[in-house]
Amino acid sequence: MIPELGLFSLIIALCLAIILGVLPILGAARNNAVFMGVARPLAYGQLLMIALAFAALAYAFLHNDFSVLYVAEHSNSQLPSIYRFSAIWGGHEGSLLLWTLLLAVWTAAVATFSKHLPDEMVARVLGVMGLISVGFILFMLLTSCPFDRLLPAAADGRDLNPLLQDPGLVIHPPMLYMGYVGFSVAFAFAISALLGGKLDATWARWSRPWTTVAWVFMTCGIALGSGWAYYELGWGGWWFWDPVENASFMPWLLGTALIHSLAVTEKRGAFKSWTVLLAIAAFSLSLLGTFLVRSGVLTSVHSFAADPKRGIFILSFLVLVVGASLLLFAWRAPKVGLGGKFDAISRESLLLSNNVLLSVASASVFIGTLYPLFMDALGYGKLSVGAPYFQAVFVPLMIPMVFMMGLGPLARWKKMAVPDLVQRVKWGFAAALVLALVLPLVMGKMLVLESNKWSPMIALGLLMAFWVIASLFISLRQRLSGEGSFMLRVSKQSLSYYGMQLAHLGVAVFIIGVTMVKGYETERDVRMNVGDTVMAGGYEFRFDGVTESEGPNYVAGVGHVTISQDGKVVSELNPEKRQYNVSGMPLTEAAIQPGLFRDLYVSLGEPIPESEGAWAVRVYIKPFVDWIWAGCLLMGLGGILAISDRRYRIHRKAAEQKSVAGSSDSSSVVYNTPQEQAS
Amino acid sequence: MKPRQKRFVYIIVAVAAIGLAVGLVLNALKDNVSLYFTPTQVYNKEAPEGRSFRIGGLVEAGSVKREADGLTVHFAITDLHKSLPVVYKGILPDLFKEGKGVVAQGKIEADGLMHASEVLAKHDENYMPPEAKDALDKAAAANAAATGAASSVGAASAVPVAQ
Repeated sequence: MIPELGLFSLIIALCLAIILGVLPILGAARNNAVFMGVARPLAYGQLLMIALAFAALAYAFLHNDFSVLYVAEHSNSQLPSIYRFSAIWGGHEGSLLLWTLLLAVWTAAVATFSKHLPDEMVARVLGVMGLISVGFILFMLLTSCPFDRLLPAAADGRDLNPLLQDPGLVIHPPMLYMGYVGFSVAFAFAISALLGGKLDATWARWSRPWTTVAWVFMTCGIALGSGWAYYELGWGGWWFWDPVENASFMPWLLGTALIHSLAVTEKRGAFKSWTVLLAIAAFSLSLLGTFLVRSGVLTSVHSFAADPKRGIFILSFLVLVVGASLLLFAWRAPKVGLGGKFDAISRESLLLSNNVLLSVASASVFIGTLYPLFMDALGYGKLSVGAPYFQAVFVPLMIPMVFMMGLGPLARWKKMAVPDLVQRVKWGFAAALVLALVLPLVMGKMLVLESNKWSPMIALGLLMAFWVIASLFISLRQRLSGEGSFMLRVSKQSLSYYGMQLAHLGVAVFIIGVTMVKGYETERDVRMNVGDTVMAGGYEFRFDGVTESEGPNYVAGVGHVTISQDGKVVSELNPEKRQYNVSGMPLTEAAIQPGLFRDLYVSLGEPIPESEGAWAVRVYIKPFVDWIWAGCLLMGLGGILAISDRRYRIHRKAAEQKSVAGSSDSSSVVYNTPQEQAS
Repeated sequence: MKPRQKRFVYIIVAVAAIGLAVGLVLNALKDNVSLYFTPTQVYNKEAPEGRSFRIGGLVEAGSVKREADGLTVHFAITDLHKSLPVVYKGILPDLFKEGKGVVAQGKIEADGLMHASEVLAKHDENYMPPEAKDALDKAAAANAAATGAASSVGAASAVPVAQ
């Protein structure tokens, strides 16, 4: 009964979404206030209905209703209840429902936080989001309904893939999806601006916070996924250039370009067409990403069973979305104009170059990811593009990008004399260069790396990171030095300035992490008898054998590895080799002792046959690996800081005051320009 | 600079940048693409010599042998018609099992063995890597064609259907 109610609410949601996608847009075109007025109630109604459907599926999972096919395929009565809940998005159908739910959440959020926007704008944005929602609900109902019955009911479920039975996987998909879906808001804003023919600084200011929030979610989602791969797959890697990782990385790169390009559009009125195009492309890649991952066209950990009907629907939907928005763009963009002029060396030109580099990077990832698919479709046979391709293309593109990232915040808008810019940065750059060249020669002993090792890549990586940090200091000094109280000047800087710098610091921290772990990691695969020791990176690992232990739905061999340094015991790690009861699937659970400067990482390979308790054991030392995720976290925090900027709130207050005063024309609200670029 | 000259410079810079990016991509693709072959294709000498490639199929039942060091593993990948001996040093993935699907990447050395640098098994018990499935389908179809060819010319139409 409950699953049928879920299906029923999904159908009602579809009807609401169709009305939402048609009436308000029509109303905006004909200036019909009634049609536009239905947008908000419909957005809330849609959220309610999809939330009900989601609750129905959750109920089926929590109550082990194995007469529902999807539940029977992805859950089991032995499964702990938290994983029974997260199993909702453990498969194709449920993740689609989650996607749709989050889309409805974003739509309702736009409906709530858009009081200061003109009615036509709100109507168009919500309408476009309604249309996207129609696509997704239809996809679910036609090809992948999570509520299909299994008759007769299964006695018990097939269990959730053990890899997904992990706390990281409880939050990773919702986070990532919040990001994917969030770009639909930027997309909807861009489309409605095109429809209305008004692309100006106000439009950019409205879409900025939404885009940044989506980007923050996506950054955290990708970081979580990468962290999960690091500790769960047992290979000690943090990024595999796996098609699915790439699918989320492509829209992230474009989203990063988009938030910077939006900044220029807001502040200087420039890059308008480019910003719109980026918003369209970022969302299209989000769609492509979701579909590629879930349809099983690409082979990876994440893909589920392929069904040709799904593939065709996906392709048609993509073509429709991308084609329609590009057509609209071609039709309307000439009217938009190019906006403010700027010189060859200016903050605008640096931002533009970085935008281009990020887009090219995204395109190169796209080519590498889809190349095998195209070749196979064209009958050239099966092939695979390995990680070295991505490194060979990506790193050279990122080097100039990071260099300009340091220059950007120091350059003036519109025009900057080159000698002046050089004057500003020369000491900072020199300091970064010296540190990067010398540090690898001396830091080995300090940081307990295996040895001092100098290589061009390490020096280059460190140079990039230190350069960004140096530029940050120069910028802070410029802004905070001067007459009067220091604290006053500190508090006078806008939060979005601090947010930007924090996010850039995050990039530097990330680069340090990548450089150090690539340059200094130690990996040993060894056969160990009970009592054997192995040395790695100055640590001694002693293998004390494996004992049996029992988990809630698995049995595990628990390894005992004692780690000591200079004769002193540092830690005991217990990596596990699990065997899940229901699926019979084995799973390696690595044990990690994290640290600021290095992680100690041990995972069990397999027992050696015909021996007395010997195992193949992986022993890794991963210097600075946690800095990679710390960097992502800083980027996310920077984003949050940037959107808590005063001017977004002042703006809303001003709008409220206006409406209290009885003014109906909310499109002419006064906007307090923050003092920008004092120097 | 006059606006026209300036625009010209911008275009030159843009074209140079795109050219550079395309160059990077093509160069990287050339070196890092590995083709898939089936054991039958390798037997027919279709696989490149001295170059790394990928092979898909099943781990042949009874073929897994370990050397005394406990880490070097010998096994054979089969498409149920032909098989290729593989040697790999390192820890195998969790789901590596006799009779299950597997993909290996490596080079055939002078000893006639494929020295694998990477062995992949997928993360689901029931999941078969498409390349492995493809190899099985092709071999089955080729075999059917070979036995049927004596009686009928039309047997060549038994095109392997890869899902």
